[in-house]
Amino acid sequence: MATTLLLKHIAVPGIKSLDVYRNMGGYASVEKALRTLTPNQVTEEVKKSGLRGRGGAGFPTGMKWGFLAKPEGVPRYLVCNADESEPGTFKDRYLMEHIPHALIEGMITSSYALGARKSYIYIRGEYFYVSRILQHAIDEAYAAGWLGENILGSGFSHDCYVQVGAGAYICGEETALLESLEGKRGNPRIKPPFPAVAGLWGCPTVVNNVETIAAVCPIITMGGEAYSKIGIGKSTGTKLISASGHINKPGVYEIELGLPVEEFIFSDAYCGGIRNGRKLKAVVAGGSSVPILPAELILKTAQGEPRLMSYESLAEGGFQTGTMLGSGGFIVMDDQTSIVKNLLTFARFYHHESCGQCSPCREGTGWMEKLISKFLSGTAHESDVDLLWDIQSKIEGKTICPLGEAAAWPVAAAIRHFKSEFLELARNKSYVEINHYKRLQPVS
Amino acid sequence: MKVTIDGISLDVPQGTTILQAARMIGPEVAPPTMCYYSKLKTSGGYCRTCIVKVTKGSNQNPNPIPKPVASCRTEVLDGMEVQNVTSSEVLEARKGVVEFLLINHPLDCPVCDQAGECHLQDLGYGHGAASSRYEFKRREYEMIDIGPHIKLHMNRCILCYRCVKTAEQITNGRVHGVMHRGDAAEISTYIEQALENDFSGNVIDVCPVGALTDKTYRFKQRVWFTKPMDAHRNCKTCSGQVRLWLKGEQVVRVTRAKMPGMKWSPLFAIHADLIIKKHRIGLLKVPLKFNGIRLYHKTITST
Amino acid sequence: MSAEVHGTQKFDATKRTQIVFSASAMALVQKLISNYPKGKEKSALIPVLHIAQAEFGGWLSPEVMDYVASVLQIKPVEVFEVASFYTMFHLKPVGKCVLEVCQTSSCWLNGAEDIVHYIEKKLGIKVGETTPDGMFTLKVAECLGSCGTAPMLQCGASYHENLTYTKVDQILEQYASEGRPRYYTDLDYTNTL
Repeated sequence: MATTLLLKHIAVPGIKSLDVYRNMGGYASVEKALRTLTPNQVTEEVKKSGLRGRGGAGFPTGMKWGFLAKPEGVPRYLVCNADESEPGTFKDRYLMEHIPHALIEGMITSSYALGARKSYIYIRGEYFYVSRILQHAIDEAYAAGWLGENILGSGFSHDCYVQVGAGAYICGEETALLESLEGKRGNPRIKPPFPAVAGLWGCPTVVNNVETIAAVCPIITMGGEAYSKIGIGKSTGTKLISASGHINKPGVYEIELGLPVEEFIFSDAYCGGIRNGRKLKAVVAGGSSVPILPAELILKTAQGEPRLMSYESLAEGGFQTGTMLGSGGFIVMDDQTSIVKNLLTFARFYHHESCGQCSPCREGTGWMEKLISKFLSGTAHESDVDLLWDIQSKIEGKTICPLGEAAAWPVAAAIRHFKSEFLELARNKSYVEINHYKRLQPVS
Repeated sequence: MKVTIDGISLDVPQGTTILQAARMIGPEVAPPTMCYYSKLKTSGGYCRTCIVKVTKGSNQNPNPIPKPVASCRTEVLDGMEVQNVTSSEVLEARKGVVEFLLINHPLDCPVCDQAGECHLQDLGYGHGAASSRYEFKRREYEMIDIGPHIKLHMNRCILCYRCVKTAEQITNGRVHGVMHRGDAAEISTYIEQALENDFSGNVIDVCPVGALTDKTYRFKQRVWFTKPMDAHRNCKTCSGQVRLWLKGEQVVRVTRAKMPGMKWSPLFAIHADLIIKKHRIGLLKVPLKFNGIRLYHKTITST
Repeated sequence: MSAEVHGTQKFDATKRTQIVFSASAMALVQKLISNYPKGKEKSALIPVLHIAQAEFGGWLSPEVMDYVASVLQIKPVEVFEVASFYTMFHLKPVGKCVLEVCQTSSCWLNGAEDIVHYIEKKLGIKVGETTPDGMFTLKVAECLGSCGTAPMLQCGASYHENLTYTKVDQILEQYASEGRPRYYTDLDYTNTL
């Protein structure tokens, strides 16, 4: 259960540089693809691998590539979504910061498969220093002939550019990202048309997450078939998990899909258990938008089966008793955590990040934040829980883009599993903010 | 292409949206709209008022669409089946949308010039709840002039983008737009520029609420005490299709006369039902029986 | 319109003529524009606004936005629409060092609020305010992707992670003595953003 593909060489000194990366077997996928495979064969390998989008939605990557329209004489683009902004998620930053060439290599191989002459990496503005690391890697790749004209004498030419954003979570939504890349406000587009038909500057475009594109390298190198044997069922391969919150060892871990959640939280190879000897209360398993689960449901499904880190197992039981793998933003909370206050930080986040185009999200996200605040300021009534439930249900599914769901799901899940905490605050007006900083200082 | 809406089927040409098809059937199945404006390119999709449920995608792919869709932006596919008023889910969702549109609206209809011809008023009357569940302070902006003849009352705006798209599509130098984001998003001019060109007055006519009002008409008269009369004026720049709003024998307001016509663009301004400032302001001073106006319609008695 | 309400300053046309990119910044802007196909120069708007903000005092005045519009040959309103959408662009003057403390979930769980209170007390200002000497502006930010190293704050192009009160003291001292943060454009000015 300890297969690592993306972070295999993370500990090698100098892995950031092209020379060391190359010595460790880097750019093998470009060599293999350009020398021995046709673009369609590369796509076929990705389809065989069962790779699913690592940005959160989990859509099969090969199928997404297959949708790309290929009209004659129209350029096609590959765009990398490096706008990682889902609270709890920092794996793309870690990968780009430490092994930037993994992404550049993936960009070249994927672009070859898609027939894209140019590709863009759209990275969130706050990650500016990471964009510099990427640019340096791109410069190195040009100098060594991995980018530019006629790569490896194959006739395939490719240019890769980095563009920074400027602070907007919504630009992680692929059509908002394209708008932003075009120098506009990050307002999601109304679909259809989908980017595969009319994306960047109206041309056919594939938008993939950083980790998805990086995963193409091992897939091509080892073959799609071999990759599909890693993991469990339809959750093939490995996944980067960003672990944070009240755990002993926060950080990014590459896991083979199918690892038991309990092992991930408590094993010293991963999170290393709950900090300061406290008990596990709840987990947000896949970034802020996925439903929060209480300890008993995250460790075991409603049927009593051990819960595994996979798309299917985490979703087992639907939203009644399950959640989603999402982007792999794994936030762990101990028994002293207020679920309502944590929810407020999410609600505030979505209110702050709503683009304001469509009315349910524009008006609803702010309303939810204000209502949740009432519970913490001691002004809420018990009936406010029902009102909150009703508002989230009227946002979910009614919006242009998935930010509506992302804002509604955490509210729904918090009420579903922790309703008593809301009622308790409404009845006793008892919320007291604890000093987390002092509380978490190591016991000496 | 065959489409069935609330059990009623009809054939429509390719490229027809669900909304257009529903309107062809009739008002009993046509969803209400707020932000959609038929003459603009890429209009609609924002307010979510017109959402409907697609229970069958098409003959080719009969799966339902899991989420409700904006009927104004969704094209009909052959064999598509749609539920609007027959779906309690849609009606409930629409009620939610109306509530969202109203929570920050000032509800100042008694002193709003749009009252009587306000789409939001009609929508609230038809689909809204009798009372509001919103208890917090409403969003407030100062009222501003965005040009010599236009007043912007941002409190009332529902961010339909119609005025922005109108300015973008019929004039060359758009100077206003949507600034900021989320619930702080607002219509505003760039710094202190004014909307001041021949066609800018048309943004008043496209505003579905009382956010953009005609300064020459503010607080002059309630809409329902005036009578509209369509007239035509020879004009080299625009269509000259005006609607005169009369109080007795006096013209108190001039708007464009709504005509079914082609899509708007600078090239076709002369054919579309757009009017220039000269008429909007000038006709107020012209006596009704002046020869320059050719009356070609009888007085319309209801609006 | 009321300039204060709309978060912008009065536009002064005479100032606009004094605003010109330095030669190195202009070279960078031209390089950025060349990243996009002909006719799609507007795509460079966001990176160019970053450069403008670093070049002209840490915020985007109406005159600066007007200048950027002229450089990219787009309508000024398009620049204002974009600049006001993204949180990293400041439309009002700010302190030399803008401290943005992340407050979302993981950072809150690890004491971000306590860090904010500590900085407030230490600098004698509240969130959203600037110190009288114009050195520091304190802000709170939404998730900056540093959840595993929470709590954290960003200043200019630098991330400061795993914050403790002692670490905050050191950071504030360092900025006070250096006089400004590292801007985006400091991180290798000769290459693209």
